[in-house]
Amino acid sequence: MAVDSYKWLPPSLKAYFANMPFEAPASMPWTPLAKPLSESRIALVTTAGLNVRGVEPPFDYEREQREPQWGDPSYRTLPRDLRQDQVQTGHLHINNADIERDFNVAIPISRMLELEAAGVVGSVAQTNYSFMGFQPNTQEWSATYAPEVARRMTAEGVDAVLLTPV
Amino acid sequence: MNALARTFEAAGLSTVTVNMMPVWGQRLGAPRTLGVEFPFGHPCGLPGDAALQTRVVRAALDLLATAEGPPPVVADFPEPWPGDFDEWKRAWHPPQPSPIIRWMREQAEQRARQQREGT
Repeated sequence: MAVDSYKWLPPSLKAYFANMPFEAPASMPWTPLAKPLSESRIALVTTAGLNVRGVEPPFDYEREQREPQWGDPSYRTLPRDLRQDQVQTGHLHINNADIERDFNVAIPISRMLELEAAGVVGSVAQTNYSFMGFQPNTQEWSATYAPEVARRMTAEGVDAVLLTPV
Repeated sequence: MNALARTFEAAGLSTVTVNMMPVWGQRLGAPRTLGVEFPFGHPCGLPGDAALQTRVVRAALDLLATAEGPPPVVADFPEPWPGDFDEWKRAWHPPQPSPIIRWMREQAEQRARQQREGT
């Protein structure tokens, strides 16, 4: 691994992450891609905390302001025909300006639709998903929200998931 | 995010994660990680740069299709960030300090105050 995971962090945050304790997982899930890419349906998932304005509510950023160690664990849906003017941002831990100009920096739906048209991938799922990535505790993701999204993906015939955390 | 990838994979979906902190994908057992040395908020590159975004996406799809395991599998996206380092190490931060950074500063100030007061 040549990529420096801490390249963009100030020294205090670099030390915080480098010294963060972790528990190595007991099991390693592994699902090989069952079909060629050109026949696979792919869903996209970002952690940029996006929602479609006027369709689903924003994440609870007001509670995040009041409770600095809490992150909203729920998710929002993003359609494959997402338009830039529908995208509502609000993630409190990054600069959202570039996502407001071009959501593809965080969830590359337009690029995937081009690859679908070119026959590189079978199809892009109708429904794609946004979580909000600041999660000091991922228990609710693992127990509730990620299994729910997995069931929705499976019901839509999704084979594989491209995740682009921010 | 690694918890999401692991849960999806365990549910029978194949996953690949484009990650700016690939060391954590490896430590926490994300099945397939493409490391990108890009500033936070920009896993797929610069706004308006469709060519770079496509190269990142295609590298991730290649990893999805060809990784043979055993997990965790980690690969590097070979291109450096096209922007200026000194500019972008500042530019990715939110305009207002995030709640957790604000809280950490307040804690540090409180500790300093207590030390000065000898409590």
